[in-house]
Amino acid sequence: MSKISETVQRARAAFNSGKTRPLKFRIQQLENLQRMMKEREEEITEALYADLHKSKWCALYEECTYAFEEVKYALANLPQWILDEPVEKNDNTKDGQAYIHSEPLGVVLIIGSWDYPFILSIQPLVGAIAAGNVVVLKPSELSEQTAILLATLLPQYLDKDLFPVINGGVPETTELLKEKFDHILFTGSTGVGKIIMTAAAKHLTPVTLELGGKSPCYIDKDCDLDIACRRITWGKFMNCGQICLAPDYILCDPALQGQVVEKIKKTLKEFYGDDAKSSHDYGRMVNSRHFKRVMSLIEGQKVAYGGNGDEASRYIAPTILTDVDPRSQVMQEEIFGPVLPIICVKSLDEAIQFINERPKPLALYVFSNNDQVIKKMIAETSSGGVTANDVIAHADVHTLPFGGIGDSGMGSYHGKKSFEIFSHRRSCLIKPLKKEDSDKVRFPPFSAKASLK
Amino acid sequence: MEQLVLRARAAFQTGRSRPLSFRLQQLRALQRMVQECQKEILGALAQDLHKSEFNAFSQEVVSILGELDHVLEKLPEWVAPEPAKKNLLTMMDEAYVHSEPLGVILIIGAWNYPFVLNIQPLIGAIAAGNAVIVKPSELSEKTATLLAKILPQYLDKELYQVINGGVKETTELLKQRFDHILYTGSTGVGKIVMEAAAKHLTPVTLELGGKSPCYIDKDCNLDIACRRVTWGKYMNCGQICIAPDYILCEPSLQSQIVERIKETVREFYGEEIKKSPDYERIINLHHFKRVTSLLEGQKIAFGGETDEATRYIAPTVLTDVNPNSKVMQEEIFGPVLPIVPVKNADEAIQFINQREKPLALYVFSNNNKLIKRMIEETSSGGVTGNDVIMHFTLSSLPFGGVGNSGMGAYHGKHSFDTFSHRRSCLIKKLKMEGANKLRYPPNSQSKVDWASFFLLKRFNKVRIGLFFLAFLGILVAITVKFQYC
Repeated sequence: MSKISETVQRARAAFNSGKTRPLKFRIQQLENLQRMMKEREEEITEALYADLHKSKWCALYEECTYAFEEVKYALANLPQWILDEPVEKNDNTKDGQAYIHSEPLGVVLIIGSWDYPFILSIQPLVGAIAAGNVVVLKPSELSEQTAILLATLLPQYLDKDLFPVINGGVPETTELLKEKFDHILFTGSTGVGKIIMTAAAKHLTPVTLELGGKSPCYIDKDCDLDIACRRITWGKFMNCGQICLAPDYILCDPALQGQVVEKIKKTLKEFYGDDAKSSHDYGRMVNSRHFKRVMSLIEGQKVAYGGNGDEASRYIAPTILTDVDPRSQVMQEEIFGPVLPIICVKSLDEAIQFINERPKPLALYVFSNNDQVIKKMIAETSSGGVTANDVIAHADVHTLPFGGIGDSGMGSYHGKKSFEIFSHRRSCLIKPLKKEDSDKVRFPPFSAKASLK
Repeated sequence: MEQLVLRARAAFQTGRSRPLSFRLQQLRALQRMVQECQKEILGALAQDLHKSEFNAFSQEVVSILGELDHVLEKLPEWVAPEPAKKNLLTMMDEAYVHSEPLGVILIIGAWNYPFVLNIQPLIGAIAAGNAVIVKPSELSEKTATLLAKILPQYLDKELYQVINGGVKETTELLKQRFDHILYTGSTGVGKIVMEAAAKHLTPVTLELGGKSPCYIDKDCNLDIACRRVTWGKYMNCGQICIAPDYILCEPSLQSQIVERIKETVREFYGEEIKKSPDYERIINLHHFKRVTSLLEGQKIAFGGETDEATRYIAPTVLTDVNPNSKVMQEEIFGPVLPIVPVKNADEAIQFINQREKPLALYVFSNNNKLIKRMIEETSSGGVTGNDVIMHFTLSSLPFGGVGNSGMGAYHGKHSFDTFSHRRSCLIKKLKMEGANKLRYPPNSQSKVDWASFFLLKRFNKVRIGLFFLAFLGILVAITVKFQYC
């Protein structure tokens, strides 16, 4: 048996021991996780800097603080979440107890992504532990330092057999996917999402797939362009554009294009200075392949700002493209880089049509002072989630389930939703064992009862 | 096949299935269909499964009428956006979950309850505003043909289509892209459906099967327990996914259980069971032979008679069954009830846990603690304590399996949720930009501290006065402004 197979079998045996079920145990593990984040903050932020040139501020604000908050939220609410949920009864069942009982699924596999390598491993882990499962964590090999760090730290704070970390590349992941799990949560690309689901089908393993797409950002004529452009700039260029929720491209009226470019340019200078390369807050592309991929998307485009890159440091300047042709390469794939195309559309209707002609994105953004515009956008399109008049923010609200739809994913998590997806919600009806009138009606023979109809 | 699905998709894209009034109208039309075509529906069920009118009505039609009533009443509530609790950072915003249709749903029905298992999911899919393709099982032929005939007479012909056919047609259908597939049937085919769905990243709800164990405790009213078990086991000739598949009990109880079940069978179906209008038949020859073969080598306590010509198998009980024998290796789906003796509840729990997670678990006991323990230490799709099947009938309980018995759930509001995309929405204002200063580069340590303060507080309107918050907000804005002026 391979090492991977052994690890999974051991995890399953550990789950079968029942150790992960008691509330006390789950709380203790979550508290340990919290301690880990507090005590090892330095190492975590260093790894994130090594992998993605993430400044300490960015690492803390965008990853650590949210992870910490997720654990805190789970700890505060878990005693409530694990309680049986009574449901409304009907006449036939009024004398019994009817409720939904949440129980662990068993062995959960979490496959993390490289763009937010810490939180995209830890946030699902929190939910899986809270729900009483055993968890196998497979961080992305592309964010190497964080992967190694997780493999070092987790066993120091959590039970080694119950929460193993398995590192490796495609061959290891493929082998891992041959094992049986009780739920798989995968964060990554649409293409690999299909592979995961196909592998899961062999074991009838339910999956939560957090994928991607091109999240459109519509800027209405009736809107405070200053604020809109600042917010968009922040969300687009954070982590050097490598965030599944980045506003991928802008849709706006041709009359607005010039102003949008100017305001984003101004904001970029304010955020990162005249040369983003020397800003401590500006990230880098994760590897050479993605650097080349994103640089190639700029070819042949009208560059309004930026457009240059440095392969040695994997730096790509914050770039704005104007009058982009919808058929060009930059509009055919999720950019996942600091390149912002602007596509001109004549009206809100045209923007809606444009969005609907394409696969459902992970997020939709719309900027407008006009509530009707926002409501219409939402009503006539689909996407995983929506933030209006800002970007990314809906993912930060713990009470809003976070996930995709269609090519951008299936299922969702965060907060209580994580607890639910990693639990089996088992319907229970407990009746009293005594004679009931309804028995006479439901038991054969029926010929006499037929007249009751 | 592709054309039919494209037609449904085009119809969906017109947007006409979305308005609440349209959905209610279609559901009322469905209601009318069930009421006006009742005779034909009962007739088809009688032909497919030898089901008496009363059984067909009470087991299939009544459930559908009940579901329709429930959905028609609650739908206006369900379509409303669901507000979400907010935190300090989002206190001025609107945060809610908006339920919207997924698009084109594929429902693949099973043959054992061919009416309910196609129509109940259909109700949920329509309620959620989708277009729907229904593929009834070809094994329940008359019902399949009938559905293809009457559905278009009452519902929108393009949005809601019935496609009939066998394995070939279903395989072809599964190549198309859907926005959700709900499949009811076997575990084996469930895997095929999920694999096909994976090619399009289509989410699935799989209502599969398994061997639902039924534990009868020493401390229990055996009369009532056995009557209920008999009712649930032999209804539809055992062809029900949540039938109590086998019994686990202490050896000392075995003969008493056999006697009582025997008595109850006589009471339910008379001396000549074959003549009882309330006793059904096996769906086809293949299943008849399959179930009959499970009797080989077994100790038959009573029953065991079969008649191939009419596909009749008598209500049968087997005793001292060996867990390694064939009858314990597959879901029986027939009127054969094995009793497997176990020493006690612990052994029963161990027995259950060594096997695949079943669709249902049944426990009969006067001791509530034992029931809770059984639930706590095993897993299954659902549970009924002190009865069988009944958890299926309460639509506030989500109905579905776990592990090999399935994934996802439906019934009532759970259908609506399954067939909707629950889209998280956060609507902010283009104001109060000062508060955002914290998140923008260039960054510093003091920012980190402020962020921690804001993010780690939970906001509840009832708990904190708005005055305090407004004060805090202003204080922060002023402080930050001073820092960065």
